Formats: sequence, C-alpha cells, structure tokens
Amino acid sequence: MSAGTLYDKVWALHRVADLPGGSTQLFIGLHLIHEVTSPQAFAALRDLGLTVRHPERTVATVDHIVPTTSQARPFADPLAETMLATLEANCSEHAITLHGLGSGRQGIVHVIAPELGLTQPGMTVACGDSHTSTHGAFGAIAFGIGTSQVRDVLASQSLAMNKLKVRRIWVEGTLQPGVYAKDLVLHVIRTLGVKGGVGYGYEFAGPAIDALSMEERMTLCNMAIEGGARVGYCNPDATTFAYLAGRPHAPAGVAWERAVAWWSGLASGPDAVFDDEVRFDAATIAPTVTWGITPGQGIGVDERVPTLEQTPAEERPLAEEAYRYMDLLPGAPIAGLPVDVCFIGSCTNGRLSDLRAAAAVAQGRHVAPGIKAFVVPGSEQVAAAAEAEGLDDVFRAAGFEWREPGCSMCLAMNPDRLEGRQISASSSNRNFKGRQGSASGRTLLMSPAMVAAAAIAGQVTDVRGLVGAAAAVSPT
Amino acid sequence: MNAPSPAAASAESVQPIGTAVAPAPFPAGPVQSLLGRGVAVVGNDIDTDRIVPARFLKCVTFDGLAEGAFADDRTELAGAHPFDRPEHQGATILVVNDNFGCGSSREHAPQALMRWGIRAVIGESFAEIFFGNCLALGIPCLTAPPADVAALQRAIGATPAALLTLDVEALRLRLDPLASDGPSNGGTPAASTSLDLPLQLAAGPHRMLVSGQWDGTSQLVAHDAELRATASRLPYLAGFAA
Repeated sequence: MSAGTLYDKVWALHRVADLPGGSTQLFIGLHLIHEVTSPQAFAALRDLGLTVRHPERTVATVDHIVPTTSQARPFADPLAETMLATLEANCSEHAITLHGLGSGRQGIVHVIAPELGLTQPGMTVACGDSHTSTHGAFGAIAFGIGTSQVRDVLASQSLAMNKLKVRRIWVEGTLQPGVYAKDLVLHVIRTLGVKGGVGYGYEFAGPAIDALSMEERMTLCNMAIEGGARVGYCNPDATTFAYLAGRPHAPAGVAWERAVAWWSGLASGPDAVFDDEVRFDAATIAPTVTWGITPGQGIGVDERVPTLEQTPAEERPLAEEAYRYMDLLPGAPIAGLPVDVCFIGSCTNGRLSDLRAAAAVAQGRHVAPGIKAFVVPGSEQVAAAAEAEGLDDVFRAAGFEWREPGCSMCLAMNPDRLEGRQISASSSNRNFKGRQGSASGRTLLMSPAMVAAAAIAGQVTDVRGLVGAAAAVSPT
Repeated sequence: MNAPSPAAASAESVQPIGTAVAPAPFPAGPVQSLLGRGVAVVGNDIDTDRIVPARFLKCVTFDGLAEGAFADDRTELAGAHPFDRPEHQGATILVVNDNFGCGSSREHAPQALMRWGIRAVIGESFAEIFFGNCLALGIPCLTAPPADVAALQRAIGATPAALLTLDVEALRLRLDPLASDGPSNGGTPAASTSLDLPLQLAAGPHRMLVSGQWDGTSQLVAHDAELRATASRLPYLAGFAA
C-alpha cells in the first residue's frame, strides 16, 4: 500500500469522512464544468431542491460543441446552441463564472484552467470529462467523473471515492529530437496496455519527467486515462512554480511564498512507498503512431503493424478487428501510409508549444495536394499567443487552415469530422472506431509535429528527418 | 433519488421481462436481485464512444438516449447486432468481456444502456469511470473469470429466452435454460446446460448497492460540519492568506 506519495498526502488532506458503503468522501478543490456533461446535473440538482455549495470553486467554459469556423451566435446547429444557452442559464442562475466565447479566456477546459492559474499543486480537481487527468501535471489529483458525480460535486463540493493504488512510472534518459511527450505516453500505453492502469494512479517521475515543460507534462498526464489510470500526476517543482507565477488565479506576494512552501511539501518524498513501479528509458523511444483502434495499439514510426504471431493471444481478436477496420495488413510498414485529413489540436496537444513544434515542421513547406489540414488552438489565449508570434501565418502559408478554439475533431461533436473511410493523422487522444465523426472513419494518433509531417508528405512520415532538414532551410 | 422515472420501484422485486411486458423501472432503493434475460456483446476494450457515439451527447436530458446505444455498431451490423436481434428485446442483463466502458467519462453510456433496458452488467473487467457511473445509477457491474463469461455468452446465444437469476447479495448468477420466459423468443433449451456462476464485486460498491446507498448525494450534503472542517485545513481555499 502506497505511503508518503503526493497522492497519499493530497488524499489525506481532502478526506471529509468515511462513508457507510466503505468509500471515502473527498473534498473537491476545483470543479470544472462544460456544456456536455453538466446540463443533466443541474437539472438533477433542481429536482433535489439543492443548490451549488461552492460556486466560487466552480468554473465553466464551452468547448466540445463550438464550431471552429464561425463562432457567431446563434450557432447553425440548434442542438449546439441549446447546449450553450443551457450552460449560460445554469451558470447565471448559480453565480458560476463562465469563460464564454470571445471572453479572451474561452477554450478547452483542460487548457484554460492551467493557463488561468486555476489548477494548482495539491488540489483535487474534478470535471465531467475523462481527460481531467491533465491537471495532474501540476501535482494535483485530478480525475474525470460522470454526470451524477457532477451533480454530487455541485451539491456538496465532494465525491464518494475509493483510494487508488499508486504506480510510479520512472523515466530515465532524454527524449531524442523529434520525439515528444505524446510519443512518451503512447509508448507507455503501448507497453502497459489500455487497462494496465485500472485501479492505479500513475506518478510520472524521473530525470526525463523533470526535464519536461509544463505543457509536455500536461500531454503526458492527459493520456493517463488512455492507459486505464484515472489519475496521472507529476510532482510539483521549480518548473511548475515558474509556470504558475503571475497567472491570473495564482497567489501573489506573501501568499505566493506560502503557496510555494505548501506545494513543495506535497511532493512524493524519497521514502515514499509505491504499490508498483515500471521503468522506461526515454532515449529508446521513437516517434509513435497508433495503427489500430485503441491508444494501446501503437508502434514506432519505423516499425511495422504487428502480426498475429507477435501479438499476445488475449489481444489477437482485437488486433484482427483492428486490421479489418483500419484496412491494414499485419506486417505492413506504418510509414508511407497515405492520410486524408490532418488535425492539430485537442486537450492533449492544442497548446502553444504544440503549435510551435508543428509550425517548425510546416515552415517553408506545403501541405500535399488533396490533404485537408487544419489547426485548432486549444484556447483563445493560445490562439492570441500563436498569432502574436506569427504561427497562424506560417500555417496558412503552408496550406493549413487556422481555426477558432475548441475540442473540434478530437470527438467531432461540432461540424469538424471525418467523412466515410477517411484516415486522419491526429494530435488528439483517441483512435476508437467512429471517434472522429464518421462511423467508419480511421484515426492515427501521433504528436503535432508528426501530424504536420504527415500533412506535408501526404502520408505517415518520420518527423525526425524533417526536423533536421528544417534547420537547414529555416531563415536564421 | 436520481431515478428519473416517477414509477420507479425497488429493483429487488423486478419481474421477469418479456418483449410484451413494460420496461423495467429504473433502479431505486436496494439492488439485491434481478431476474431477466441476457444479451451478450462480445469483444474486449469496447469504449464508451462505441456504447454511445458522441453525436448523441448533443442533448440536455438523457431521455432519448436508448436509440444511441451501440448506434454505429448496430448500423454496421444491419440488424445482426445483439441489441437489434428480436430474441434479445427486453433483456436486462448485459454480458461483456474485458475492459468494458473504457475511454470517455460520458455517463450517457450507462444512461443509454439503462434506457435500452439494461439493469446489470456482467463482464471480465470494467473501466473505472464507467463502473462508477453505473454504480451512481444503481446498475451493478459484476465480474467473472474469462471462461465463465465465455460460457455465459455461449449459453445466452444458445438459449436467449432462458431466464438469468442474478443474486447481487450472494454474488451468484444462475442460468436455467428450461426456465424460459416464452416460446416466442426462440432458442433450443437442450443446446445449453444450466450455469451457476460465482461473481465478484468490491466490498464497498457491493454494500452500497445491496443497502440502497448507491445514490449518495444526500449523504454527502449531510456532512456539512465535516465539509467545513476539511475546507478549513486547505490553505488554497483562502488564497494562502496567513
């Protein structure tokens, strides 16, 4: 049983009571809500005659259903308009801050909470969205919940939870140029499996994790859930504090000093006990691409689609289903596979550093004929920052569309979607059947730089070749 | 208290379900036993996007979600999906394989299954958020070893009209192919032997379901003093004021 880890400390601090069923009532420090998973929760609250206990600890934005071409109201899709109008009415009724379209602070919920300094170390963060694990990058314990639990947090600022075990994912070494946090996490999931983390929180630690920027840590923790772990986190350190300093909701002055001291004390200590530990070497990881229909079906870009013989017996039925659905032959190389649509964005990879990495590949090159390529910044702040450095011009000049912020084609609840059997190269997080809006559409997950490389080449391409070449052609 | 159906009654007394019978009420109160027919959806890692595709999430109530249950898989199979087969209409016990419900946290997934008619799920393993979402609706997710699940899926395929008796309290599932709920549902009783399988469910959720405390909003709200005490020891709630 784990002891002395950040997870244990934060759990103990937020423990409200033991519940008769055997679970623990856990206080939620920050509740993030959006238009898809909150309307029924507010309705249930109303039915129960309850109100929002801590509206000041509840923050809303709109992200899943927003169009990315024109965000003028009312939306062309009346259902999308109804969902946003419902969120607006609920936030207004309960005095909840809503970072709406055009506020300068709207964006994907897992992008805006960190950039506003709302997400801080040592918090518990809940949101009706499985990628809430993203906020663990700050040393918060953050997890996705369902709508009934959204209702519970609204009503009580707490949840009935069962404590997880803690597995430390220790990563040595240095990522090669052209290899990113996305590749690291796809590699971890490929190795441990999509259900390897069920029952665990993942603590990401080690020299390679210490070296990651906050945005890279967010990418990593974001996809913990794709490995089955509801929670993923990194210990807070100087990188965390430097990111938070000066953000709108971060403490300042004397309070900042107190905060840093408190945050620092929450990190897993040298004597921390973990339920399990798995080690990786970052230097051995190649740019990683999924070939199948779960995020665990990934391979290095220089590898071939695994054959049945190379696949453990219990995974063979899924592999066969994936060959059929993806129309890929076992043993085929993944590099050179033609793509139709290239999507850069999402809560996994829609932040400024992601757009910079993709723009560095796109700079001075052009999207291959017949490829639809588009970039959806993760938030209005990301869009503004990218535009201030001219990244939008780089993308446009290279033949990419530059869109308005939102979740977009990660899950295709807005008009952005695949058609028919199209294959996308996507910087998002899920390659499930039908995920990107066409019931027969196909998704290859990869880093934003790899998506840009695929757009330029019109096929899956090892970005390491382009990263080196880009240096030769870029103006200095 | 979260059952949207005003006619909700205790799941304890759920009657045998046939195609001609009104759908079972949504769970309310103690979930101790269930008698009904089974439906098997075979495959590992069936994610919540497959259980209910994202376009069905464009709603502000859960009311119309039954049609979203496995919508794309059903279209692809053109009537051959278990949820479309006539012999499985009215089934209440879903039998699945490994890591069922992975992916998105959407409660729309169990809501869609519940509105289709499912009242319990038996599988090799479940994704955590899905499990919790089901628990919050009073739908038990019980596990059994792969061989038992496979045997159960085969038996349901062979005798779809057979009644399953799920004893949530004792954690056992019985299938008696002779105890069918009507000749119209097809199947050959002789093709299947009876089953009596032990099931697993963690002690906490087990207690919550059997005691009827799976819907705990009022319990959480009642701990007002404890909530205040916890809040008072979290310095960030006061902005790290001294």
